Amino acid sequence: MEHRPPIESGCPDGFQYMHPTMLKNFGQWKYHEDIQPGVLKHVAKSGDAVCTVKAGTQRILDLFTLRKLCDIGDQYGDGYVRFTTRSNIEYMVNDEAKVGPLVEALEKEGFVVGGTRNSVAMLSHTQGWLHCDIPGTDASGVVKSMMDELIGEFKSWEMPNRVHITTSCCQINCGGQGDIAINVQHTKPPKINHNLVANVCERPSVVARCPVAAIRPAMINGKPSLEVDEKKCICCGACYPPCPPMQINDPEHSKLSIWVGGNHSNARSNPSFQKLVASGIPNNPPRWPEATAIVKKILEVYKEDARDWERINDWIDRIGWPRFFELTELPFTKFHIDNWRGSRKSLNASTYIRF
Amino acid sequence: MKKHDTPMLDQLQDGPWPSFISGIKRLRDEHPEQRINEMTNDLLGQLQHSYETRKGYWKGGTLSVYGYGGGIIPRFSEVGDKFPKSREFHTLRIQPPAGNFYSTDILRRFADDWEKYGSGLVTFHGQTGNIMFIGADSESTQGFFDEVNEYGWDLGGAGPCVRTGMSCVGSARCEQSCCNEHKIHRLLMNNFTDDVHRPALPYKFKFKVSGCPNDCVNSIERADFAVIGTWRDDMKVEQEEVKAAVAKKGRKYIIDNVITRCPTKALSLNDDDTLDVDNRNCVRCMHCLNVMPKALSPGDDKGITLLVGGKRTLKIGDLFGTVVVPFMKLDTEEDYEGLVELAENMIDFFAENALEHERTGEMIERIGLVNFLEGVGIEVDPNMLDHPRTCSYVRMDSWDEEAEKWFARKQAAG
Repeated sequence: MEHRPPIESGCPDGFQYMHPTMLKNFGQWKYHEDIQPGVLKHVAKSGDAVCTVKAGTQRILDLFTLRKLCDIGDQYGDGYVRFTTRSNIEYMVNDEAKVGPLVEALEKEGFVVGGTRNSVAMLSHTQGWLHCDIPGTDASGVVKSMMDELIGEFKSWEMPNRVHITTSCCQINCGGQGDIAINVQHTKPPKINHNLVANVCERPSVVARCPVAAIRPAMINGKPSLEVDEKKCICCGACYPPCPPMQINDPEHSKLSIWVGGNHSNARSNPSFQKLVASGIPNNPPRWPEATAIVKKILEVYKEDARDWERINDWIDRIGWPRFFELTELPFTKFHIDNWRGSRKSLNASTYIRF
Repeated sequence: MKKHDTPMLDQLQDGPWPSFISGIKRLRDEHPEQRINEMTNDLLGQLQHSYETRKGYWKGGTLSVYGYGGGIIPRFSEVGDKFPKSREFHTLRIQPPAGNFYSTDILRRFADDWEKYGSGLVTFHGQTGNIMFIGADSESTQGFFDEVNEYGWDLGGAGPCVRTGMSCVGSARCEQSCCNEHKIHRLLMNNFTDDVHRPALPYKFKFKVSGCPNDCVNSIERADFAVIGTWRDDMKVEQEEVKAAVAKKGRKYIIDNVITRCPTKALSLNDDDTLDVDNRNCVRCMHCLNVMPKALSPGDDKGITLLVGGKRTLKIGDLFGTVVVPFMKLDTEEDYEGLVELAENMIDFFAENALEHERTGEMIERIGLVNFLEGVGIEVDPNMLDHPRTCSYVRMDSWDEEAEKWFARKQAAG
């Protein structure tokens, strides 16, 4: 069969798909205003302005939805869109008078206008059971369930500062850092199918993959396989992707955990990683109510107690962790105390204590 | 076609947020193409099975298009006997333009082509930054790629290779942008197309570009090579706008939310409600500019800061990027070539020195920053640190030579 050689064009030129006003004023923007939730107005030094309407979608788009989004863009917008890093769609229009009808058209079709400024932004999520090869839970379903409950905060500006929530379906956490992160946490070592290991897994790579050197080659029932020192095993699941017969996902014992205070911005303080606050939460499809309840409780306390412009990490830096656990009514356990490399840096080496 | 019962998934059609299940069902029930109806029906069947048993049933494999080694996420079902029409359900990763801009025309063209080959499901974008065309069988991946490749779209990275880049909206619409993200992004990516398409590195290598230190694409925490726009002269202050903000929000609000939030105490509100900025101690954190975008703007002497080695958990835990170039101008073509050359040196060094499945940040953790800097030809700089060494257990025989180098460099810089 004849094959067509690929054209290695790489990353395409985005300028050809950019709104003409953005192209014309590229690098020459002066300031922006937030007109209403989900709507931005950027003004250029030339005096030109462009309005942006941001809307949340289901992220896993079917062709009908994609074409519907295009129809709205053609009928009510200027035919130019972009997608944010959190998978919202943004419509750019020159004429501010187009904003009202555009917002109305999006909302009429069930899309949700919002996600700007001090709102709860769209949850950023991964693939989960729909498409991933190693997931402990679903992603789109968790996000749908949570956004159903947080939609009011997406559409308004009532939080102290923006809130980025992420979900991840395994402990690699490809959902990224978030003000609040909902991640799978395994609690049992992998269950090994020794009949398959030799044929499916490159054993030295699997041994090398373990962060705590708990895996070693072994002959099991006369077959070359791998064994796990279950006392050392931290149940992270790192061995599972290179060796699928080392099943880490467990319908009962793979739990969800919640982490807070991840922040990628340099504003006010250095970027920060998220910290563990809750675990042992059941992985409970199709609606995951237990995880959502904890997220809502954290948001409620943050909204009540934090000052304007404080992200969750800024807020906790000010009030301290004891008060965080007190206010959120979450249990503090020995598992919150880090024992990973470099962990002593996370301990209190002062007499700074809030009474 | 017998439709699978999906009682658990059906519960995800309730509620006000748009439902992905309703979308997949539309493809099953309303799409004119039988192939798509059947494929999405079996997809829903398998997903329902996952919801019931709380387990995933996709397995990876090896698949690409002719001439490439990666760019496709192969998915074969472990329960394909029960759900044969979605037995092969691969994702094509297509590289978006920097900043993720599209015309509705190009989106419609994607839709028309994807309809011919795939499931009809697509995501803008995956966590690596690709357009994810989700759900094609092994035979159709080539056909779809050939179509979109003809009009300027190419596969992204998957596996141990240079991955698809990400950049913020940047100069196209944001007043805080301090660099041309679009040019940086495209120049870097397209210098490494071979390393994108043919996975041959120890592990993944990611580029991300943010126009300012707000770092909207999370580059410090997620990119091996994080390019962040910044400036080194004084920030711009429109004093009349400062006064207007004080008049509008009140003095207490401005003091509590702008002045006292400065991490280096570089701001002071004058008695006449104008702003005093200690620019030598401003660290460009962006907070005051975010609160007062009309009054405060980045300066004119713009450039970039480069951080290296950010990543997520696997294998040694999350790592932030580290500053390796505190400031670099990107005005001339030579400047841009210098950036590309730095990236080339780093990827070469990474390819030769990282262990299998080790990210750049982990390699630096293992060998030490100084060995990395010497390997890629970058001089040491105190901006790379939070603070100098605290432990005296170190051998420093060549102190005098190293001190000389510092003075010589300072003299050369004038």
